[in-house]
Amino acid sequence: MNKIARKYLVWFAQEHTEFRSAEIDSLRAMLKTDMKPCDNPDTNAPYWIVESASETDLKRLVNRSVSIRSCFELWAHAKNIDDLHQKLRNYPRHLMEPYFQKDLSFKIQVETFCKHLTQKEKVNKLETFSYLPIKGPVKLTDPDVCLQYIEYYGTNANDPPEFPYFVFFGRWVAGGLRNLMKKLSLKTRKFIGNTSMDPQLSLLMANQAQVRSGDMVLDPFVGSGSLLVAAAEFGGYVIGGDIDYLMLHARTRPSRITQKERSADESIKANMDQYNLQHRYLDVLINDFALSFWRDNVEFDSIITDPPYGIREATERVGTNKENFKVSEEHLSSHIPAKIEYGISNIYKDLLNFSAKHLRLGGRLVCWFPVFREDYKEEGLPGHPCLDLVANCEQVLSKVTSRRLLTFEKIRQPEASELNLECNITDFREKYFIVREETRKERRTREARVRKENWIKSGKNKDNLIK
Amino acid sequence: MKLLTHNMLTSKCMKAVTVGYPLAINASDVRVSEVDFNPDFIAKIIPKVDWAVLWNAAESIGQLEGLPKEIVENYENDQDFLKKAHHVLLEVDVINGELICPETGRKFPINNGIPNLLLNEDEV
Repeated sequence: MNKIARKYLVWFAQEHTEFRSAEIDSLRAMLKTDMKPCDNPDTNAPYWIVESASETDLKRLVNRSVSIRSCFELWAHAKNIDDLHQKLRNYPRHLMEPYFQKDLSFKIQVETFCKHLTQKEKVNKLETFSYLPIKGPVKLTDPDVCLQYIEYYGTNANDPPEFPYFVFFGRWVAGGLRNLMKKLSLKTRKFIGNTSMDPQLSLLMANQAQVRSGDMVLDPFVGSGSLLVAAAEFGGYVIGGDIDYLMLHARTRPSRITQKERSADESIKANMDQYNLQHRYLDVLINDFALSFWRDNVEFDSIITDPPYGIREATERVGTNKENFKVSEEHLSSHIPAKIEYGISNIYKDLLNFSAKHLRLGGRLVCWFPVFREDYKEEGLPGHPCLDLVANCEQVLSKVTSRRLLTFEKIRQPEASELNLECNITDFREKYFIVREETRKERRTREARVRKENWIKSGKNKDNLIK
Repeated sequence: MKLLTHNMLTSKCMKAVTVGYPLAINASDVRVSEVDFNPDFIAKIIPKVDWAVLWNAAESIGQLEGLPKEIVENYENDQDFLKKAHHVLLEVDVINGELICPETGRKFPINNGIPNLLLNEDEV
């Protein structure tokens, strides 16, 4: 049977908007949904109008999305309120009546975007819909049918127009992952580190990696394991590695200002227990990523990681610059290996070669890559002939720096000659430190100059007044 | 450390080691805890596991629990077999002990369930 595509309104969260399209693309490909935007969506606006022939498929996509707040079956939309009512009155009865049955409770919600309405104003708006032939009882919490009326006043909250640009009316269909983000909040998580990834970005990374139930997922720079939590939420069996013994045994200094020392039972595993994901926790290993301990034919479904950039977390590998160094017999049992600089370009070189070898065909590598914005060129990104860069989104961190979320998909098995390819990646940190220092110094001298000028000005003004 | 993880580890990155597989297990503390059974995952993972290595590892720490020495035919639909595999792969956890390189005898300690595979700077 050919299903007819219906129109839906997808309402996004206005946060991390730069990842929106990439996330929807990843989810559409993973869940094989037919959802497509009706016309080119305005990138500034928080909504898309889309078409889909299967509401079930669409629901699955929305339920899995970090970017989407909610999704409505669009009954009417217009540029002004009168037109909206006109259109809604003309909406085919047989399409709305299934939701207006006697035994179905309902509520109508009034929402305004970028303008505040008082409760009374909202109630007044609500009453303008009294012509709808609803037979069921009103129920404010958890009704069977939720209808939504939205007035969109643009995105400039400081100066909203008198009348909305667009108005929408529809039936609520599904909500995104906003509640899960609250549940996984770092504020309430047992074990966190200084650079734990927040749940929103962690879940987004797991979506970019298209983590499915029963996947085996690796984070080779696992730290406190935030990315594993997100991957396990989506059904991934997770495994991690890190060079930092103290971190994996949760013996580093606590990251919470209120916490004097780590409690004895902190660990990545304890986080999994906290979220009831312990059955999807495989292991974490203390190892040096530069030296692979994995069996040659081990395959992961996805590799999700945030490698150290050498700014807040050191880039280190085991090694020494001393010649002919040998650990003496007596110290062997308690020896802590010395570490040398790993170097950002070597980390990414190893990460891409490793992924080309150990990802299953079609599996994805999702990682952050720090860049110096002024110097950024797509050619400067790490790459590998077996890995196709399918998404590249920027998260701005400061005026001069940002990090990019890179998503690679493995398109073929590497040849023997491609197992240890060099890639030339410029180390952005040299400039990062220099520029930061300059701007800080410049800023201070500038501020001092401005203060002095103001002081002189105000002095003169007073002089003028006296005269 | 679970036996699934053990199945995937080698010490071949060490100097003078050619295969480094399988690593021997010397377990001083093994914990068995119940893990939710997901037959799809187990069926998916079985062909990726080196079965002989898994069987020997389970035997060496006394956790076979009737695991067949060979993968049975039509294992995807054999709930009993999948459950036994599930037990050995995911429910057995080596909490304290060591992994031993089969070629050099180098020992890698396992503390609190976490293997420490760091080499010393003179070994890399």
